[in-house]
Amino acid sequence: MLAYFLRRLVGIVPTVVLVSMFVFALQQMLPGDPALALAGEERDPESIAYIREKYHLNEPIWVQYGYWMGGVLKGDLGISLRTNIPVTDLLVQKLPVTIQLALMAIAIALMIGIPMGVLSALKRGTPLDWLANVTALSGLSIPNFWLGVLLILLVSVKLGWLPASGYESPFDDPIQNLKTMIMPAFVLGTSIAATMMRHTRSAMLEVLRSDYVRTARAKGVRERFVILRHAFRNALIPVVTIGTLQLGELLAGAVLTEQVFTIPGFGKQIVDAVFNRDYAVVQGVVLCSSLAFVLLNLAADMAYFLLNPRIRT
Amino acid sequence: MTRKLSLAVAAGMMLIGSAASAETLKIGLADDPDVLDPDQSRTFVGRIVYTALCDKLVDIDPDLNFVPQLATSWEWSDGGKALTMKLRDGVTFHDGEKFDAAAVKANIERSKTLPESRRKSEVKSIDTVDVVDPLTVRFNLKAPDATLLATLSDRAGMMMSPKAAAEAGAGLGAKLVCSGPFKFVERVQQDRIVLEKFPAYWNAATIHFDQVIYRTIPDSTVRLANLQAGDLDMLERLSPPDIATVKADSKLQVVDVVGLGYQGITINNNNGDRSKTPLGQDPRVRKALELSIDRTALNQVVFDGAHLPGNQFVSPQSQFYNKAIPVPARDVAKAKALLKEAGAEGFSFEMQFPNNPDMTRAAQVIQAMASEAGFDVKLRATEFATMLKEQSAGNYQATEVGWSGRVDPDGNIHAFATCKGGINDTKYCNPEVDKLLDAARRTNDLAERKKLYASVIEILDRERPIIYLYHPKWIWALSKKLQGYKPYPDAMIRLEGMKKAS
Repeated sequence: MLAYFLRRLVGIVPTVVLVSMFVFALQQMLPGDPALALAGEERDPESIAYIREKYHLNEPIWVQYGYWMGGVLKGDLGISLRTNIPVTDLLVQKLPVTIQLALMAIAIALMIGIPMGVLSALKRGTPLDWLANVTALSGLSIPNFWLGVLLILLVSVKLGWLPASGYESPFDDPIQNLKTMIMPAFVLGTSIAATMMRHTRSAMLEVLRSDYVRTARAKGVRERFVILRHAFRNALIPVVTIGTLQLGELLAGAVLTEQVFTIPGFGKQIVDAVFNRDYAVVQGVVLCSSLAFVLLNLAADMAYFLLNPRIRT
Repeated sequence: MTRKLSLAVAAGMMLIGSAASAETLKIGLADDPDVLDPDQSRTFVGRIVYTALCDKLVDIDPDLNFVPQLATSWEWSDGGKALTMKLRDGVTFHDGEKFDAAAVKANIERSKTLPESRRKSEVKSIDTVDVVDPLTVRFNLKAPDATLLATLSDRAGMMMSPKAAAEAGAGLGAKLVCSGPFKFVERVQQDRIVLEKFPAYWNAATIHFDQVIYRTIPDSTVRLANLQAGDLDMLERLSPPDIATVKADSKLQVVDVVGLGYQGITINNNNGDRSKTPLGQDPRVRKALELSIDRTALNQVVFDGAHLPGNQFVSPQSQFYNKAIPVPARDVAKAKALLKEAGAEGFSFEMQFPNNPDMTRAAQVIQAMASEAGFDVKLRATEFATMLKEQSAGNYQATEVGWSGRVDPDGNIHAFATCKGGINDTKYCNPEVDKLLDAARRTNDLAERKKLYASVIEILDRERPIIYLYHPKWIWALSKKLQGYKPYPDAMIRLEGMKKAS
């Protein structure tokens, strides 16, 4: 198993490199000229020429990629054209924010989605199942940003319980941090919870029909043990898959939610960078996100081993 | 034990008390500033932050007259080729360095020579800077430049500590050191910028806040929600549909002023093949398009009447406005007649516009109005950076676009209407206009300048490379507790005299 793990780790490198090449090429295809976008309203020709020169914008695309890759290998992800700040600094500032939001959202999703899915499967066909399905469907259908704005208007403006937007670092003020993060995490979490609930439900239903569960029941094992030890553990496998995918997406940045709640995470960063044609920032964020995604997938595969011995061979 | 405890409690309460009396002003911005270095930055919101951080050589008053700030008096000499300024005594930068003529010289050199400087074209007319004495500086110009004072009232005139600038180079934006009422504390990208009071500021008596926090909240609904919830004291760029809501709120107030810029339709006159259309080539067609638009109705429908209709590159409130050419009313019959005369009935063209809600609505209204006169307008929503590129490359027929505006009228027209103008995307070229505009920037005689610009406006009204539609008003929403805010046409939030009632 260690060999498998190491092989997978090595395989991450070509994946991430390919993704970075693909995104680099895509950016170049975007209409619009980064030098023009960043030179300022007056379009001073000297400024434009300087920007072109400094960031190798006149070179062919594979040379520009070479410069970037060379920098990455030295740990230098380039400079944000817009703010003159090294991309690494920007990422270091924003990564904890995005990680925190992602983890909180997924925690809420798991806390709501999985129990609801299990209950829904067990009480299939009853009003409880119906209610859970309707809630899940609403969670999937309601746009995040709309729910976000509504929550702000209700909770912050009308009730004054939580701040309307902004972000406070947990190291500076943990309570304020929770106050600023709870609404966006809730908005994100509820839409993911809906997906988790549906998948848990269908996975549970399938497992509950299986032979070994029938055998366990026939043996007279208590229902609670049947559910928790036999059914649930096996139903978790598809749920882990979905959960990992969702977490990966969250780590790429929840763009709309971050925009609405003004959370300075990856999502906002990458959208602004694309609009400003700030290539280096986009590349940096994509590199981080794709790395995170690939590592999460690896973690998920490892989790399968733990959950289901049959997969270990 | 009890006594120690009560002493500790008392000390604690004193600390809490002193912290509570620290007055913080929270301002909501609609965008995130870029690099916080006046020589490098290009964003409008950056200038709002500089208003608190950096003093300039001269400032403006609400009527756009120049008033002293770091310079106390100035005079022109040598036929307008030299500007001598007397500087304020006793001014220090945030790092304790003295402000003097040598500092001014160093700042201008930086604007001219720093590779990343975006101010180069603005200070091009300055040839050399002489340090006459520690409190007197002279700018020697290559040719007379009436726009110099306006330039020195903006980013090029912001004075940074030469020591800090020399040490940090292009990295000064990470921790700007100026001499304004507040000094830089910290910045979280796309979240907030925190400034604290600079006790040694020369005009500290007018500053009533200990801390200013600028928060970036791009969504206008959320920005307003923050104000309503009390998390902001003030926000800039209130969305016109929200004006009624704010007016109805007893805790909030609306403040507005007509800005320096304009919004209009820029038409491709001569920039490549796509200009070879009746619209691009025939002024009658352009006049017909203008006559088909009801500016008042457009303003009413899209902006709830919030902005000011206009027809020249300066607003009707400007002293340079040519009163002989007032804003025309809609005249569909005349528009149809002109189109017929030009043989362009049913003419179809494509108008691109930035894909935000306001511009989209405005474009649709223009399309509807123009169709009644016989135009077939095809709309194309374009993302902003792409639109810039298309315009500059000549790949457009008409664009609904504006200009943020400058204090000096030259800034609203020279680069757009002269043959070699840097932002002349229409490629309109009339040597007579060039002559008049160049003359207008070379004389300091106000009456003379007004005459010259009036002549330019006459010519532009005949040839109409750009159809000016309206002048956006700057609209702020403030908590009623905030007193003393004076709106300026340049939209800058000047903190002198502002205070929060308890």
